[in-house]
Amino acid sequence: MTAGVGDSLAMDSTQAARPGFRQRYGGTIEYIVIPAGALIGALAMFGVFVALFGKNPLDLYWYMYQGAFGTWFSWQNTLTKAAPLILTALCTALPAQLGMVIIGGEGALLIGALSATSAALLLQSAPPLVVQLAMVLAGVAGGGLWIMLAGGLRHYRGVNETIASLLLVYIALAILNHLVEGVMRDPASLNKPSSREIGAVNMIGSIPGTDVHWGFVFGVIAAIASYVLIYHTVFGFAARVAGGNVRAAKIVGLGVGKLIMITCFLAGGAAGLAGMVEVAAVQGRTNANLAAGYGFTGILVAFLARHNPLAIIPVAILLGGISASGGLLQRRLGLPDASVLVLQGMIFVAVLASDALYGRIGFLKGKS
Amino acid sequence: MADGNIGLWTVPLAVFGGAIRISTPFLFVSLGECITERSGRINLGLEGTLVMGAMSAYGISYLSDSPWLGVLAAGITGALFGALHAGICSLPRVNDIAVGIALMLFGTGLAFYLGKPLIEPTAARLPAIDFGWWSDVPQVRSALRINVLFLIGVVLAPILFWAFKTTRWGLLIRTAGESADAARAMGYSVNIIRLRATMCGGFLAGVGGSFLSLFYPGSWNEGLSSGQGVTAVALVIFARWDPMLCLWASLAFGGAAALGPALQSVGVTSGYHLFNAAPYILTLVIMIITCSPKRTLTGAPAELSITR
Repeated sequence: MTAGVGDSLAMDSTQAARPGFRQRYGGTIEYIVIPAGALIGALAMFGVFVALFGKNPLDLYWYMYQGAFGTWFSWQNTLTKAAPLILTALCTALPAQLGMVIIGGEGALLIGALSATSAALLLQSAPPLVVQLAMVLAGVAGGGLWIMLAGGLRHYRGVNETIASLLLVYIALAILNHLVEGVMRDPASLNKPSSREIGAVNMIGSIPGTDVHWGFVFGVIAAIASYVLIYHTVFGFAARVAGGNVRAAKIVGLGVGKLIMITCFLAGGAAGLAGMVEVAAVQGRTNANLAAGYGFTGILVAFLARHNPLAIIPVAILLGGISASGGLLQRRLGLPDASVLVLQGMIFVAVLASDALYGRIGFLKGKS
Repeated sequence: MADGNIGLWTVPLAVFGGAIRISTPFLFVSLGECITERSGRINLGLEGTLVMGAMSAYGISYLSDSPWLGVLAAGITGALFGALHAGICSLPRVNDIAVGIALMLFGTGLAFYLGKPLIEPTAARLPAIDFGWWSDVPQVRSALRINVLFLIGVVLAPILFWAFKTTRWGLLIRTAGESADAARAMGYSVNIIRLRATMCGGFLAGVGGSFLSLFYPGSWNEGLSSGQGVTAVALVIFARWDPMLCLWASLAFGGAAALGPALQSVGVTSGYHLFNAAPYILTLVIMIITCSPKRTLTGAPAELSITR
């Protein structure tokens, strides 16, 4: 589906004219054009899909734009939805530097939310700022340890980290359900078992002048910090060496186990922070509503951004926009709420299939 | 006894009945994944295939009034998803685990989308054979109402075991899984072998999904599958890629999953959700015990990406 984009750009006649440009920027352009082409291809496929159900695809794109970026209201909605996506995407992108495929961000989010809520409930009489700080620390620690478990199992026991992290999602959900129906249960929550509320004073609120909560700022800071860590520190360099070739990393004396544990802790910590934000800025309590699929969409964001923490920010905004437009699509076009899931699935499939195109499009051929 | 009050015997009986009921989707998905993984590729998307199978089986059974047509439709849908997975994975530099995750999202999304109108209506269900006719205790009777699909699965396991061992196709699949070069040297296309193996795997996973919507729990809704497809993929790993072990492992999983509801029925309600997580914890524990950082798993196909 991306072939059309590639063909129009494959102008080999220009090859002799500007070799320097292509060698310098070809790789970077490739990393932008190919995923963008896959995205457009997936949107086109989705248009055909809804057309089969008798809806006008042009209306679809218009309402998607309106619902995602059309008004200041929808922008705020989009950024709010993007906040947890940035953080859960880091949960997949950071271990990816070490060649690990971690898909358990949803589990780390739930455990982070649980730990943050527990911290708030234990410190009820403390000043709000102390409670909020404790929630951040607890959320990061809870989520971090959860993914560190998957990383440790991988390194020390040889358990496949993809499957282990996915199993941990279901285990995390069971723990959450167990606790909110047991020791943490608010007796007032009858139909939907929930924990006690963390209290309005302890909520982290919105960025002044907007309805976007502080989670978005947390996400942007975490993404920039991850970028600096990976590309501008010795630690990040070591991680990328180990990701490229474990044997080479061991020969030069890198502590691969330590790298894996720290990276997985940071990754899980990011997703745990997403859980903390969902509790402290949106829900105000822990219950099964938190398992809203942010962890799984985060995987898609990470892959679409090719595991680059800076690229994660715009991609998360884009996908946050798609999910923010879901409500409008439902109201105006009568599409089921699952249509956003279908589109996400199509994007994911198209992006992965487009991996085969790297280095094959004449004009874009870079160093990679 | 005849009044149905059998005291604590309720628990083992309910676990037994539950093991047979709950294990069926595990059994079909794991047998299918066994074929796929033996050919050297892992399909993590079977969760999506399972849900798609459940949805299409329910839809076709509702429209045609024939549950068996529904099972067939589920199988065909599954095979198409398998073909999609295999097709994308055969492109160069595409990671089969990531494609699996993508198809998991896509399959569940598509099933929820297309299945929206199916939540209300009631479709024809699959028949069950009453093996408990000799008893007048209701619990015994309900535990021994066994669905035909389960019996088919039980027969399929030894057939697959035999087929892997002795048939030409079995040998080809194993060759593609152990050494793609060897298969190529023999003049076979590894991609085509894997395409067929993944389609077979998808077919069986779809059939496993049809059991969910057409027998137990027996209706279509969005919470139908809670990771059975994923668990079945992990199950294949500790069943050592052996179809017979898949059968025993599925029964063990079914029993573990039935323990929570069984205890709840005699009044033990605490830890209900933790018992629900039993299959996942069991999978993880067994993977921890059986894996080792030093060697690849015994019985693992050498070409499989998760064991390399």
